[in-house]
Amino acid sequence: MKFIFVIVMLLPVLSYAEEGVYSLIIREHRFQPAEIAIPAGKKVKLIVENQDATPEEFESHDLNREKVIAGNGKATIYIGPLKPGRYSFEGEFNPKTAQGTIIAR
Amino acid sequence: MLGTAIIIFREVLEAALIIGILAAATRNIPGSRRWLAAGVAAGLLGSAIVAASTDAISALADGIGQEMFNAIVLGVAVLMLAWHNIWMSSHGAALAAEAKAMGSQIRDGRSECSALLLIVAVAVLREGSESVLFLYGIAVSGESGHASMLFGGLLGAFAGALTGYAIYGGLLRLPIRWFFTATGALVLLLAASLASQAARLLIQADILPALASPIWDTSAILPESSAVGMLLHILIGYDQRPAGMQLVFYLVVIVSILLGMHLVKQKQPKHSRGQDTALKAA
Repeated sequence: MKFIFVIVMLLPVLSYAEEGVYSLIIREHRFQPAEIAIPAGKKVKLIVENQDATPEEFESHDLNREKVIAGNGKATIYIGPLKPGRYSFEGEFNPKTAQGTIIAR
Repeated sequence: MLGTAIIIFREVLEAALIIGILAAATRNIPGSRRWLAAGVAAGLLGSAIVAASTDAISALADGIGQEMFNAIVLGVAVLMLAWHNIWMSSHGAALAAEAKAMGSQIRDGRSECSALLLIVAVAVLREGSESVLFLYGIAVSGESGHASMLFGGLLGAFAGALTGYAIYGGLLRLPIRWFFTATGALVLLLAASLASQAARLLIQADILPALASPIWDTSAILPESSAVGMLLHILIGYDQRPAGMQLVFYLVVIVSILLGMHLVKQKQPKHSRGQDTALKAA
């Protein structure tokens, strides 16, 4: 009985470990890193930290995602599961410099 | 400057098209213009408040507050659009027959007008808050030439509003027999489109499963970044790589509204039968 209890308690921890977390920084209207490799066929959690004072919008038609990030703010975006391939994203408020790619493999 | 104009144009366009379609659809309802203007004003005020509290909203619910908030806002819009279409399916013909509706219909019209106010406010709120944030970013960045960028924003907003006015003018030119079918169909697809957007946000927040994702990929044929793709995205909810759950939301909303319209029509066959049969024939 105790054994089952421990297993049940561990489930959220296990599923958390299984789910990849990736961070992305916005600085001077650029994404760092500009390329992120993630495993294909898995849902991942992307944490975007905006270190600029101005707001930015993470947008990607390829990924079907869109989220506003306040100046000096943080945002969580769930992505995937993706087929292997390249998926571009951009900062809609500064599209000239804020460009990035997610590579699923 | 042009870059700013395009970004603001895109944000304003969605709200402008929704307002244009609704302004046309409610043209015969007494007092609808004032409610519409009030909706725009409320939406603009709300935009500033939402923009100022972006960080606080985002931080809610473990980082997915923005998705929750927007999904709720979209949900309200879908409900109000559904209600509008169902209400119009029983009153639209009568409103067309008598240019000035009297008595109980005005009372009915008032609740319809509050729905109108809510839809417009919500449409302006959603796109407006992003525009406010964007322009705020330019204003505080202090980079050279930000006056011309702000002017570009103004230009984009004007062009967006003009497009909304164009769809309004175009719809008004339609013959009355086609008018109700056209505005009804546009509002129906708009509601389904917003429901699909809400589903996308809930998937992004990991609240809903994506089901099959993507269910199709038409990014090579009709990219959403193209002018046609963008217009279809706003008007009928076109998505180049939608998740299965988005399609489910889309279809459920269409079927529910059509069912509601059908049931209401059956309940009130006394409202100008001639118009009804004319609509069916069309």
